[in-house]
Amino acid sequence: MSAGRLAQRFAALAKAGRAGFIPFITAGDPDAATSLAILKGLAGAGADAIELGMPFSDPMADGPTIQASSLRALKAGETLRHTLEMVRAFRKEDAETPLVLMGYYNPIYVYGVAAFLRDALAAGVDGLIVVDLPPEEDGELCLPAIDAGLPFIRLATPTTDDRRLPKVLENAQGFLYYVSITGITGTQAASNAAVAEAVARLRRHTDLPIAVGFGIRSPEQAKNMAGIADAVVVGSAVVQKIEEGVASGRVQADLVDAVLQFVGELAAGVGKASRTSKPRSSREDVA
Amino acid sequence: MTDPAKQKVNTYRDGPDREGHFGIFGGRFVAETLMPLVLEVEKAYEAAKQDKAFVRELAYYLEHYAGRPSPLYFAEGLTRHFGGAKVYFKRDELNHTGAHKINNCIGQVLLARKMKKTRIIAETGAGQHGVATATVCALFGLDCRIYMGEVDMKRQSPNVFRMKLLGAEVVPVTSGSATLKDAMNEALRDWVTNVEDTYYLIGTAAGPHPYPEMVRDFQSVIGGEVRKQIMKAEGRLPDSLVACIGGGSNAIGLFHPFLDDRDIRLIGVEAAGKGIETGEHAASLSAGSPGVLHGNRTYLLQDADGQIQNAHSISAGLDYPGIGPEHAWLHEMDRVEYVAVTDVEALEAFQLCSRIEGIVPALEPSHALAHVAKLAPDLPAEHLLVMNLCGRGDKDIFTVAEALGVTL
Repeated sequence: MSAGRLAQRFAALAKAGRAGFIPFITAGDPDAATSLAILKGLAGAGADAIELGMPFSDPMADGPTIQASSLRALKAGETLRHTLEMVRAFRKEDAETPLVLMGYYNPIYVYGVAAFLRDALAAGVDGLIVVDLPPEEDGELCLPAIDAGLPFIRLATPTTDDRRLPKVLENAQGFLYYVSITGITGTQAASNAAVAEAVARLRRHTDLPIAVGFGIRSPEQAKNMAGIADAVVVGSAVVQKIEEGVASGRVQADLVDAVLQFVGELAAGVGKASRTSKPRSSREDVA
Repeated sequence: MTDPAKQKVNTYRDGPDREGHFGIFGGRFVAETLMPLVLEVEKAYEAAKQDKAFVRELAYYLEHYAGRPSPLYFAEGLTRHFGGAKVYFKRDELNHTGAHKINNCIGQVLLARKMKKTRIIAETGAGQHGVATATVCALFGLDCRIYMGEVDMKRQSPNVFRMKLLGAEVVPVTSGSATLKDAMNEALRDWVTNVEDTYYLIGTAAGPHPYPEMVRDFQSVIGGEVRKQIMKAEGRLPDSLVACIGGGSNAIGLFHPFLDDRDIRLIGVEAAGKGIETGEHAASLSAGSPGVLHGNRTYLLQDADGQIQNAHSISAGLDYPGIGPEHAWLHEMDRVEYVAVTDVEALEAFQLCSRIEGIVPALEPSHALAHVAKLAPDLPAEHLLVMNLCGRGDKDIFTVAEALGVTL
C-alpha cells in the first residue's frame, strides 16, 4: 500500500529521532539511462525518500538550474509515460524508499487524470506534488488522487497565513512541504530563525510531518534545516551536480558517482543535526 | 444529439463563475505562493467595480489621457476595393501609445495604486503592452520592469527604446523560445519572488482568475463605443465584427458587448504563421487542444505529452501558444468563429491598408484585415462589417521591410 510507505518512513524517522533527507532529481536528466542509475543509487547514498521531477517545458516556479534540467530531459526524449516506467524499474529493486512525483499539471491533464493515477499507483508512486494546483483546484487532481489512495502533498509558503492555512491543510496528506522562501527554486536561502518560526506555526495547525525545501544548497544548510523540520529537500544543488557532469563531458559512471557522493554529503549533514525545535509527535497519524 | 456543452445558454455574458471558469476553461492554476495575492487582486477588483470614484477616475484617464473614444471610421477606399460589405474600422490604433493596450493598463495601474503596490511588472510580445505599461507607470511614478523575449526585442527594437525612454527596465528573456510565453514565465517568477510590493499587469485576457475577466472588462470599452457609434452612423447594429487574436484582449473587448446579439456574426482571426499544415503557426483554437498553462485552462499548442510547443508568427503580438479562456469557451459554444491567416496574407493586407486607406496598421490587425479581404467581396453592400484596427504599424516597419527584402 503506497500511502503506507511514506507514513512508515516518517514514523521510523520520528522513532529514530532524526529528520529525513529527500533529494530531488528530474526524471530523464541528462538521459534516461543515467537518470535511472542515479535514481537507483539515491537510497544507498542516504536518501530517506525521493522526489522525482516530471519535466515540463514551462516550469514557472523553477529557477535556472531546474529549468535547464527539464529541458535537458525533454530534449533527450523524456515523457510522462517514460517517467512512470522509470519508477516501475526503480520499484523492482527497492520496495521501501518512498518516491514522490513532483511537477506541473499540464502533462498529467493531457495524460488523463484517471489513467495517470492508475499508472502511477501501479508503478509504485507514493505521493504527488503538483506546483500549479492550489487548493482552489482540488477537484482537478487532489480529490481524485485521495479517492485512488495516492497522497496529494500540499505546499505551504511564507505567504500562506494563518487564515489561509486551514484551506491548504484541508486535503493535505503524506507530509506538508514548506517552501521556505517567496521565490523560485535554487535561488536565495531562508534564515534558520525564519524557518523555525514558520515551522512552529505550521505545527500548531497540523500533525503532518513537515519537510522544508527551496534554497537549501549545502550539507551545512541541510544540517541546520534538519534541526527544525521533519525532512529536508534539496533539489537545485543536486541537479547542478548533474549539470556540471554534463558540462565537463564525464562518462555516465563518473557523473552518477559524483552526484551520489554529493547526496551522501547532504545526507550526512542531515544526520548530524541536533533537533532544536519540538519534534513531531511520533504517533502514526498519517497512514 | 446536441453536444450538452453546446446547449443554448440564456446569456453569453455572465461568465466567469465565482471560481473563474468559463465552462471548463479558466480557473486559478498558480503556485501557492501566488494564491493569496491572486485572491487579493480579485477582491480589490470586485471592490473597484462598485467604487464610483474608481469608475470616474478610469473614465477620466481614458478620455483625457488615452484619447477615447476612438473613432469608428468608414473605410470607403477598402469598401470600394473589396466591392462588397460596408467596412468600418474601429480606430483603436489612434489611442495614446498606438494600440488598445492602454485601456487595460490604465485600469490595472489604477487598481494597483488602490492596492498600494509600488512596483509593476509585465510581459510583452510586440512591445505594445510593454510601452503602454511603461507609459502609465511613468504617469503615476511607479517602478516598472518589463519582461520581453530576446527574439522579440530584436524584431521590435523601436518599442524597446520607447520603454526605456519612459523609464522602464526591460529585461531580455532567453529561456525557451525567447518570445511572449517565456516572458510570461519570467514575469511569474519575478512575481513569486516579490509578492509584497509587486503588481503583475497581465496584458491580455488570460492568466489566473480574475485577470481574464478584468482585462476583458477594461477592453470592453471598445465594443461599448462601437455600439453607440454604429447606431449614430447607420441607425442599426453591425452584421459582423472581426478582430485578430493572440491572447485575445482586443477581440474580447470588441465582441463582449455584442455576445448576446445572436444575429451578429463574430469572427476571431488567429495567426497561421507559415501555414497551419507546416506546424509553424500560433493558431491555438484552429490547431491546438485544451491544456493548463499560465494560470488557466485553455486551448494550447502542445505535443502528445503535454509539453508546450513554440508558436510562430511574423507578428510578435500574436506569437503565443495559448489564448484567453473565454475565447476557448466561445469557440466550444460555437458563438464566435475562429479562423487563421498566414504571415504572407497579413503582409499583403498591411500594404493594402497603407496604400488605399493611408493607414499603416500593425501586423496584428493586418491579420484581421486579411480575413476581411476574403470575406467582404462576397457580402452584400448593405452588410455592415466592423473590424478592430487595434494597433498602428510604426513598430513593424523593420520587420515588414525585411520580409519584403528591403534594406532600410
